[in-house]
Amino acid sequence: MKFVKTVSSIAKTGLIVALSATILNLTGIAKAGEDVTPYYPLKKPKYSEWSFSGPFGKWDIGQLQRGLKIYTQSCAACHSLDLVPFRSLYELGYSEEQVKAFAAEYEVTDGPNAEGEMFERPATPADRFPNPYANSVEAALANNGAVPPDFSLLAKARAPKRGFPNFVFDVFTLYAENGPDYIYSLLTGYSEAPQGKELSEGTYYNPYFAGGSAPAMAPPLSDDLIDYDDGTPQTVDQYAKDISAFLMWTAEPVLVERKQLGFKVMLFLIIFAVLLYFTKRQVFASLKD
Amino acid sequence: MSGGHSKYVPVNGVMKWLDARLPLPRLVYDSFVAYPVPRNLNNWYTFGAILSMFLILQLVTGIVLAMHYVASTAEAFNSVESIMRDVNYGWLLRRLHANGASFFFFAVYIHIFRGMYYGSYKAPREVLWILGVFIFIVMMATAFMGYVLPWGQMSFWAATVITGLFTAIPLIGEPLQTWLLGGFSVGDPTLNRFFSLHYLLPFMLVGLVILHVWALHVVGQSNPTGVEVKDMKKETVPFTPYATIKDLFAVVLFFTLFAYFVFYLPDYLGHPDNYIKANPFVTPAKIVPEWYFLPFYAMLRAVDFDIIIPFTSIVLINAKLGGVIAMFGSLVVLLFLPWLDYGKTRSGNYRPMFRQFFWIFVIVTILLGYIGALPAEGINVLIAQILTAAYFAHFLIVLPLLSKYEKTKPVPLSIADAILESTARAKTGGTP
Repeated sequence: MKFVKTVSSIAKTGLIVALSATILNLTGIAKAGEDVTPYYPLKKPKYSEWSFSGPFGKWDIGQLQRGLKIYTQSCAACHSLDLVPFRSLYELGYSEEQVKAFAAEYEVTDGPNAEGEMFERPATPADRFPNPYANSVEAALANNGAVPPDFSLLAKARAPKRGFPNFVFDVFTLYAENGPDYIYSLLTGYSEAPQGKELSEGTYYNPYFAGGSAPAMAPPLSDDLIDYDDGTPQTVDQYAKDISAFLMWTAEPVLVERKQLGFKVMLFLIIFAVLLYFTKRQVFASLKD
Repeated sequence: MSGGHSKYVPVNGVMKWLDARLPLPRLVYDSFVAYPVPRNLNNWYTFGAILSMFLILQLVTGIVLAMHYVASTAEAFNSVESIMRDVNYGWLLRRLHANGASFFFFAVYIHIFRGMYYGSYKAPREVLWILGVFIFIVMMATAFMGYVLPWGQMSFWAATVITGLFTAIPLIGEPLQTWLLGGFSVGDPTLNRFFSLHYLLPFMLVGLVILHVWALHVVGQSNPTGVEVKDMKKETVPFTPYATIKDLFAVVLFFTLFAYFVFYLPDYLGHPDNYIKANPFVTPAKIVPEWYFLPFYAMLRAVDFDIIIPFTSIVLINAKLGGVIAMFGSLVVLLFLPWLDYGKTRSGNYRPMFRQFFWIFVIVTILLGYIGALPAEGINVLIAQILTAAYFAHFLIVLPLLSKYEKTKPVPLSIADAILESTARAKTGGTP
């Protein structure tokens, strides 16, 4: 018995040591400063306000329309949007005529025709955004060896890890905007490289980039680059926000529908649970003598 | 607890006619209506019902998803995205299925820990326990193959890493891996066979679950006192309505938590890299499995040293094989639990030392999960090694010693006694 007690106390001490080592290890990651990390991205994404965050989040349709404008005028030259069909632009509040006209500005390859040849035709709402490059080799060749990532799922594919204890809090705060926060931070995060930092040619220092310290993409936005016709400020900050929101929409077009259905489901389940609780009490009451 | 005479009385002529030819109504009645359950079951005993609901949910959502999924390396990723975007409520089906896997494991872990705490594996429930371990292992295989199907970066690299484990087997390792993959690397043949097996294994799970429930109904449910039922009248209640309503309440509560994740945090438990189409030429910065595999992944990586024959330099087991043995050993050891912990007292409630070690074991497993998510470098490796040693020590050293030396508290004479005692305590307001 004494032996078992000794083993038990050794085990407990060991456990406490392991536990504290793990916690130190986990929290130590952020010790240098609250948003500076020893891994890429060097800085954690900045938090922004999003209309679609939280359980009752909704799209800001005007913002998504501005985002589409930024995409087509600034990003589309290099970044594809393979999974998004033109017909989904109806969700951004455009009419059938507008979407048809918008799609017709793009050329897509179709065929073969009766002569067995492929041909180009204007796109229709049923088509997807055509890729600016014929294939990834061409894309890499045109961009200093780095293939510009497809935009369809980018806001879900780029989400730097939250670390302990943030990932615990996220369950309660419902924070799920890591992706758009990352894109916004990246677009507004270009800065001078720190003293003594050598950058390879064709890269631009950006501490918010997840794939290293300097992406191969030059700062794509500048003030007054794109004309807004709704009076929204034409700043890099606003552009970055609008394109990030747009990319959240392309990545998760059902986001609002999902949250709205979720509210109904949760409400149903909670009421059902309360009713079941009282039924259960009633059933078990008969057991008490 | 079965074995008693069936009390089924057909309610109408049709049932009477059927019962005389195929006593299916009788089987259902005896198993889910009249079946006696101990009166003193607490809420931890509801996870069996929760798990059966999740098995059904996974089957139903999975079968519909399979109608829209294309198992080819060129189309898999896009077909999953078309489910998310174009199929009616496809996004809901897929979110339910992917998060359903996570919650299935969450529930199974609670179910397993509950069985461990109350000694539910002890005689006469060894076969029941072993069937449960098989269910767990088949679940893991199913989940792993299912994770490969969306053909994202993590899908591809997880498949590459895990099938690579087979190369650790001496002599036949490499050809075995090639045979399993249907090629020299993960590709179209691999994806197709994984899809086929991912569709097959759940039905094997159903079979195993039927055996598991059958074994349960032969030996009867354990209960928090660990004392067998002595007086059927006083100590048991019929499954319906008592267990039915209690289980249903628990199922709805658990589904509320599940829905919270499905609708508000659907990507919380996943990995962002899986939204990038698989690319054999780009290795992700970090390859991590889904959270429910992390403790086992930690044990796999903990063995980073060769085991040599003492005083020579002959490698007996290299680090890779050692890791694989540790990982699979951590599951195999569960099969022997009924004989490693052979003490007479079942319930942890009457085993003060065991109870402490049980909670240490729970924390060790959770910490292993933590470490499994971190890069295997520096101090992490050492922590993982200590925790792996602790995991195995619990089964191979602690439990046999406790079985032999632990001074247990006196168990109640019967369930009825235990119930009387607790109501008496509640009346006098004493602390338990």
